[in-house]
Amino acid sequence: MEKVLSDKRIITLYVLPGLLLIIGLIYVPIIQTAYYGLMKWDGIGAKEFIGLENYKTLIKDDIFWKTAYHSFLLAVFSALSLIIYLLISIVLAGKIKGADFFRKIYLIPMLLASVAIAQLWLKIYHPTNGILNTLLGSFGVDNPPSWLADPKIVLYAIFIPILWQYAGFYILIYYAALKNIPESLIEAARIDGATAWQIALKIKIPLIMNVIKVTIVLAVVGSLKYFDLIYVMTDGGPNGASEVMASYMYHKAFRGFDFGYGSAIGFFLLVICLVVTWLIRKLTAAKEEITY
Amino acid sequence: MKTEAKQRIPSVSVDNRLEVFSHPAMQKASKGILYVILAIVAVFQIFPIVWLFLFSLKNNQEVFNMSPFSIPTDPKWENYAKVWTEGNISQYFLNSVVYTVAAVILTVILASMVTFAITRMKWKLSNLALGLFMVGLMIPVHSTLIPLFSTFTAINLVDNPLSVILSYTAFNLPITIMILLGFYQALPREVEEAAVMDGASLNRIFFRITLPMTSPVIATAAIINMIYNWNEFVFVNTFISSDQYKTLTVGIQNFIGQYTTDWGAIGATLMISILPILLAFLILSNRIVEGIASGSVKG
Repeated sequence: MEKVLSDKRIITLYVLPGLLLIIGLIYVPIIQTAYYGLMKWDGIGAKEFIGLENYKTLIKDDIFWKTAYHSFLLAVFSALSLIIYLLISIVLAGKIKGADFFRKIYLIPMLLASVAIAQLWLKIYHPTNGILNTLLGSFGVDNPPSWLADPKIVLYAIFIPILWQYAGFYILIYYAALKNIPESLIEAARIDGATAWQIALKIKIPLIMNVIKVTIVLAVVGSLKYFDLIYVMTDGGPNGASEVMASYMYHKAFRGFDFGYGSAIGFFLLVICLVVTWLIRKLTAAKEEITY
Repeated sequence: MKTEAKQRIPSVSVDNRLEVFSHPAMQKASKGILYVILAIVAVFQIFPIVWLFLFSLKNNQEVFNMSPFSIPTDPKWENYAKVWTEGNISQYFLNSVVYTVAAVILTVILASMVTFAITRMKWKLSNLALGLFMVGLMIPVHSTLIPLFSTFTAINLVDNPLSVILSYTAFNLPITIMILLGFYQALPREVEEAAVMDGASLNRIFFRITLPMTSPVIATAAIINMIYNWNEFVFVNTFISSDQYKTLTVGIQNFIGQYTTDWGAIGATLMISILPILLAFLILSNRIVEGIASGSVKG
């Protein structure tokens, strides 16, 4: 049996197609991105090697740092929203009838295309016929802000659909983790006189800390990659107030035809994603594994 | 219920103040508040979609002159018929179906083969191969976009459905393998090992035994893939320029650009684009929940 199960021919036949695809379409392009980042290139003509020139420009590019700051803000908002999701999940995972129904309802926005979500929220934010301003009007707010046209507000306005879209995803993850906690542990704490609040804070949250860490990574790295929603809702506007790293890269390369500079941004984005993933894991590394 | 709670409170001594909260009536009241909170969240999550459905059935007169919350008195189903026949929506829809189905089948088969080789066969580099697939989960699509575009241009695959299908497959392989992996590892190997003993070939074992035995997780992986592919935007937006090859996500962008003031048409277009996902959710919600959970936190 050993011999059959280590048949090199079969292993190659089974692994190679998938491996070639991810090497060809994910890993080789990353190396190319790093390489193109050293070029002056309009995407059509010849590439001209200019060394680290694009990266020097990048470091001095105020607009790039503004987009990085926007991405950073969205990452912070996303991480903070995890607290809300966690609280809802703790409520949901208590003895709630219909918990399954609720978490499924919450999940629906997450299944829709970001493009459709963006179009829908453009309508929700519509100055005269959207539901938001109509609702505010009925509460007596006659002069609501122009949500997506005001550079000071636009990033917050864009974050609301993001909050809406991902709520069900994180609640689902937390709910599953909370349901995995043995009931006996919680029962024991209850008998000892712990309040529901204490049980949540001192028992439930520490026990699912590993899952919480993973969700922090997912939320932060995910928000560094936001593109579709912003591209459709504001296209980075007004005047760059909602431009993020991914959309800036896209605009530089596919509209400005500066593929060399776009590649430098793309590579920078990759490095940031990997570093942030590593950093969060390091910072939140468990001192000891929790086992029940 | 409330009066009952009030009557009890004075009789509780100061030392036992906390006992008030464990009084059944009090517990019922706080549970009630929790339900109200959960229900508000549910309304926040679901209402925008209901509202979309409402305005997809209105004409502009109703949209601009009546409350956005009003129910359309005379539902304009013709909005759907109009966008379906005008403006390529049926073509985009068909393309979305074809790309989604092709990529799902390709991804699930390739991922199953890889997972089979990694969990069932013995080879030195299996951990390295698995590592390559798993690291792929962390790579942002945008960091690969420019080289993919230039490579597809060089080999004449730009503006060709194949570029989209191959990209979907490559970028979904990692998460699909991740979903399959847990199931394969938990699945007893006895049946497969017995077949090896009986002298069956590995190909036969994979196609006749392993694939059928893993069909529940294949269904889960397939539905997750379907959702991802159906909703994908940036690959199609970058690689495809002809209208005849565009998918719904990109197509509705153009279409809505032309119809910026016709809310009914926009609503109907968006409803058509999300309907397959909503239907899949209605029928397969358990599988979707399971797939999202197993594809996200096993790290």
